Amino acid sequence: MSGPDLIVQRWTTRSAWFVAAMGALVVLLALGPTVFSAGLTDRLTTLFIYVILGAMWNALAGYGGLVSVGQQAFFGLGAYAAIRLSHAEVPVYPAIVLAGLAVGVLSLAVGEVMLRLRGGEFAVGMWVVAELAHLLVNLDPLVQGETGTSLIALNAVGAVARRGYNYWLALATMAALLGVLFALLRGRVGTAIQSIRDDEQAAGSLGVRVLPTKRIVFVLAATGCAMAGALWLSTAITFQPKAYFSVQWTAYMIFMTLVGGIGTFEGPVLGAVLFFLVETFFGARGVWYLVGLGAAALAFSLFLPRGMFGALDQRFSLRLLPLGYRVMLPGLLLRRGESGRG
Amino acid sequence: MILLNQLLQGVFLGGYYALIACSLSFMFGVMRIVNLAHGSIVVLAAFLLFVLADRFEISPWLALVAVVPVMAGLGLLLQRFVLDRSLRGGLLVPLLATFGLAIVLDNALFESFGADTRSLSPYIGDLSYNSWSITEDITVGQLDVLILAVAILLLGGLQVLLSRTRIGRAIRATAEDPGTVGLIGIDARAVYGMATAIAMGMAAIAGAFLAMRATFDPYSGGAQLIFAFEAVVIGGFGSLWGTLAGGIVLGVAQNIGAAIDPSGFFIAGHVTFLTVLVGRVAAGGDLFRFFIRRRRA
Repeated sequence: MSGPDLIVQRWTTRSAWFVAAMGALVVLLALGPTVFSAGLTDRLTTLFIYVILGAMWNALAGYGGLVSVGQQAFFGLGAYAAIRLSHAEVPVYPAIVLAGLAVGVLSLAVGEVMLRLRGGEFAVGMWVVAELAHLLVNLDPLVQGETGTSLIALNAVGAVARRGYNYWLALATMAALLGVLFALLRGRVGTAIQSIRDDEQAAGSLGVRVLPTKRIVFVLAATGCAMAGALWLSTAITFQPKAYFSVQWTAYMIFMTLVGGIGTFEGPVLGAVLFFLVETFFGARGVWYLVGLGAAALAFSLFLPRGMFGALDQRFSLRLLPLGYRVMLPGLLLRRGESGRG
Repeated sequence: MILLNQLLQGVFLGGYYALIACSLSFMFGVMRIVNLAHGSIVVLAAFLLFVLADRFEISPWLALVAVVPVMAGLGLLLQRFVLDRSLRGGLLVPLLATFGLAIVLDNALFESFGADTRSLSPYIGDLSYNSWSITEDITVGQLDVLILAVAILLLGGLQVLLSRTRIGRAIRATAEDPGTVGLIGIDARAVYGMATAIAMGMAAIAGAFLAMRATFDPYSGGAQLIFAFEAVVIGGFGSLWGTLAGGIVLGVAQNIGAAIDPSGFFIAGHVTFLTVLVGRVAAGGDLFRFFIRRRRA
């Protein structure tokens, strides 16, 4: 063999430990409702939903290059589908899961048109889809327009049991979606979608199947956001279309992803935790807090485009959850093999 | 006759959509800069005019003379500190940065002015309600006619600017290839700054008419962005006269929708927009190619 001996690494000791620790953390968190106070259990349920939203938006934008300002369409439709299914006598918790999957199927049709748009056209086009979904949901007599309705079937479940179920379902959904995303991004789809993000035409000419690959990521992100919407409904119980189809949800997703680190797997999770903390401490300040979120998103996009995790990763080469490969000369780091972390 | 009236009102509403779409069509279609804060900027201009009219009793017409240059100046700053940096960051960064800016603007306006809806119509005298009767059933609002005329004037002016003037040629060349124009002595950053200033000046005019013909509040920006964007896409990306046609198609569709069902106004507009998209996907296969064709034509 000619040339220096290269070392191609995927797992490092640190990342193996980290993944094991994360697995253990999820198991420990599963004990939550039996240990934590009611308030903390509720707050953590909210955090899990934020993590789902951040991770799903990042999958779409950070890995797929598809910036959507309309993910609230799926968030709202997920909640609406849960109401509809529950109204059709489906038991309430299965209805919440089925709602997410049903909206995922629906998103196939949406993607068929929207995925042919690019850049700004896709971004605003998705917003139009969200507006239309909102207006159409309002037409349903069950929803009673902006007055909204409630997931009444939840009343049959006792308050304590409900808190526990919500928590476990949110935790399980978060873990499952992150797991699917991790597996997907490590495989062929991950390489393909990142190559499309970086240069669609070049990727296509190398034989990457552009539309099917985008479709996978789009449907996953839609399903995740719909699950998040249905879970949010299970904690809030009331469904007011205006609150669920608000563009604010996308603003939150963008904040979490940008601050945490767009195009890194770990970033949006970090971003969700930060957003959760910011909201806990400053949420009561009203609108100035939203101004701050917008300003942070603006500043990070301009000055720290890889977000906090990206900056840390660049400096310390963290590699907690290895998605790509890294190529090393013995003792010397040459290049990390992930196009997303150049 | 009533249907004819509906259609005619739809055409005039379309004139308003074309007016708010002017600067978006210019920035998005010609310069290929996506500004998701466009709607919020229009609303910001509306609030500036409202403050001048309400607190300082300055006529909106006179105030516009001051607000247009101020907004153009803000455009220079926007280009210098946000767009220029974000354009170098890749395709996604301008989207994310301007969306962040929109959130800042909307909520800062809310913090300053509260949730009340405002309007400039009390400050423009009888123009807000005067109309001409064409026949017994058909009347045409004077303000509506003025808005359509201004939209045509601005789009026509842009067309002349782009095709006949030196700065217009520089703008088109820079949009085509900002790297290469430096070789022939064009300062790409200065051209982008000029273009953004022009776009923001036009957004100020759009804001004035938004405030005169209807009510607005700090969160009106999103809807303005959507309508403007729909007009641009329906009319064909990068075609200025297409934007006028697109606005009119949108306005007519909304009015027909409203005639069918009270809640049909917005639904009809969005459905028309999506139908146009589906039609293009079915017809051309690749929508992007369609846009390019339109642009070169």
